[in-house]
Amino acid sequence: MKGRGLHVYALCYLLFLYAPILLLPIFAFNNGTVISFPLKGFTTQWFVQAFENATLRRAVMNSLIIAVSSSVFATCLGIFAARASTRFEFPGKGPMMGLIMLPLVLPEIIVSISLLVVLLSMGITLNIFTVIIGHTLICMPYATVILTTAFNSLDRSLEEAAYDLGETKWSAFRLVILPLVMPGVISSLLMSFTISLDEFIIAFFLAGNEPTLPTYIFSQLRFPKQTPTIMALGTVLVVMSIILLTFAEYFRRRGNARTGANNTGGFL
Amino acid sequence: MTPSRYDRLEAAKPMIECREVHKYYGDYHALRGIDLTIRAGEFFSLLGPSGCGKTTLLRTIAGFEDITSGVVLIDNKDMAGVAANHRPTNMVFQSYAIFPHLTVAENVGFGLRRDPRSRAEKAAAVEEALAMVGLKGYGARASHALSGGQRQRVALARALILKPKVLLLDEPLSALDRKMREQMQVELIKLQRQVGITFVLVTHDQEEALVMSDRIAVMFEGQIAQLDGPEALYARPASRRVADFIGVMNFLPTRIIGDTPNGVEVDLPGFGRVEIPAANISRANPDDEGPTVGFRPEAVSIVSTGAPTQSRVTEGTIDEVVYYGDMTYYDVRLDGSDGFGAKVRPIRIAMRNVFGREVQEVGARANVSWSPGSLVLFR
Repeated sequence: MKGRGLHVYALCYLLFLYAPILLLPIFAFNNGTVISFPLKGFTTQWFVQAFENATLRRAVMNSLIIAVSSSVFATCLGIFAARASTRFEFPGKGPMMGLIMLPLVLPEIIVSISLLVVLLSMGITLNIFTVIIGHTLICMPYATVILTTAFNSLDRSLEEAAYDLGETKWSAFRLVILPLVMPGVISSLLMSFTISLDEFIIAFFLAGNEPTLPTYIFSQLRFPKQTPTIMALGTVLVVMSIILLTFAEYFRRRGNARTGANNTGGFL
Repeated sequence: MTPSRYDRLEAAKPMIECREVHKYYGDYHALRGIDLTIRAGEFFSLLGPSGCGKTTLLRTIAGFEDITSGVVLIDNKDMAGVAANHRPTNMVFQSYAIFPHLTVAENVGFGLRRDPRSRAEKAAAVEEALAMVGLKGYGARASHALSGGQRQRVALARALILKPKVLLLDEPLSALDRKMREQMQVELIKLQRQVGITFVLVTHDQEEALVMSDRIAVMFEGQIAQLDGPEALYARPASRRVADFIGVMNFLPTRIIGDTPNGVEVDLPGFGRVEIPAANISRANPDDEGPTVGFRPEAVSIVSTGAPTQSRVTEGTIDEVVYYGDMTYYDVRLDGSDGFGAKVRPIRIAMRNVFGREVQEVGARANVSWSPGSLVLFR
């Protein structure tokens, strides 16, 4: 059969990518502390343990606050950058956009250490706010790219038409531009949220004494007894991600259908 | 007797006045001293090739572009510092700019957001505007599902519902197919007569401008080359360039013999000595190719030998025949047409294929009938 080799290749590739994730729920419900086959029996105690762990709850809370805040900040700043770069010509535009995109290629460890030095020399106490600053910085390039694409696909005369029909610049933006770039805004929020949620290095350097999800999980890996709890936590995160992406995709498709736009790909 | 449309427009007050309008984009001089008066109730066209500044001029009237110097008055008010959302103009965009996330009714009613009328009154106004453009009952439709012609109508309704003093149309028909375009041309004329609003149309299509306009400004390189009614523009173009841009015109080199009481006498290769009437003489000839006589392909015709004619007749040989169904184009080499040391191209003659008239063949002899009144001299 034609292309059989490619099929096998694709299958192996997918297996390699996703099989480890399938192991998460299997061991999360396994009644035993050792992560190995054969399985010992069904239990939900690891979920209960995870839920009752106060430090874990705090880490989850911190991570959520950080991820929501930095995705909102990065998306707002991304809207400004995307709007400016698609709509206006100004001196230094190229270098400026380049600087916004720079964190994409800078090693995170460099970003974290530089930020740490600056923040400490300014006498700022390290807590989740410093992590939010760092995460906003690294999410900005992604937000800007996604939003620039969204703004670029807009017909410029749409805005002029709203303006021509008596709206102010701001109300034209709110009534016409914003609804039309909304799929991009949602994509940007989701992307930034995901990046921030599992970011380790910046959180490790800038969080001070506050735990975040990745730093907490890392710290617990030293204790083998905690491993099943981490598995349970991982399972919850995977389920939440799937639900979140499903919602996002649903709204994206509905938005596309409403404006008759072509389906230009999304998450799923 | 009721005054004709032309007389009424002649007497109408000025609606848009441009005085010495200049516009620079950096070093690029887009508008070079535009002086223009558009009268109230007029269907006015800005016609020219792309890059001639016609769209820029329209956008300065709309308030989307600032002018570098000069004055733009709309209804006797200086528009300096008045933004687009406060001008008594509305625009139909080339892309129509229909808001894809809103329904047809929401699109049409968009400009009424700040209107103090009640919801029901606004809905009635929207329905009325839709009926005016022939889209009655389309209000609830999603705007992205409309055809090109329907989008065009929605854009018209959306602009006209605000009862602007001036409606600006930026190449509104260029995205439509030929049949639809011709239909919309007629509808636009009817609509303009019905609402009585001043229409300013930008187009690069000379036929469209001729069909729809009361007056046309032909623009080249940021300047108005000629401002006239369609008939005058077609019959008596002010320069070779205008003549070339609007329709097809034959150009023949000529030698001026001298002024006569009623015009100018010239020696025209193939035609002999001709007296061109004073009204058909254009002194604005920046092309600098020496004196030239121009005439339209349909201003001359091939007649059968011996047929009685009041025009003058010249003989020639048919060089080429192009058959178009309703028309046939003949290229005819007139006897003795090589003059002034130059080889003169055959003249093009357009003949309507009426019943009973045979299409001539290449190489056949032809009697070409013409009259001095249809010749234009560029000197």
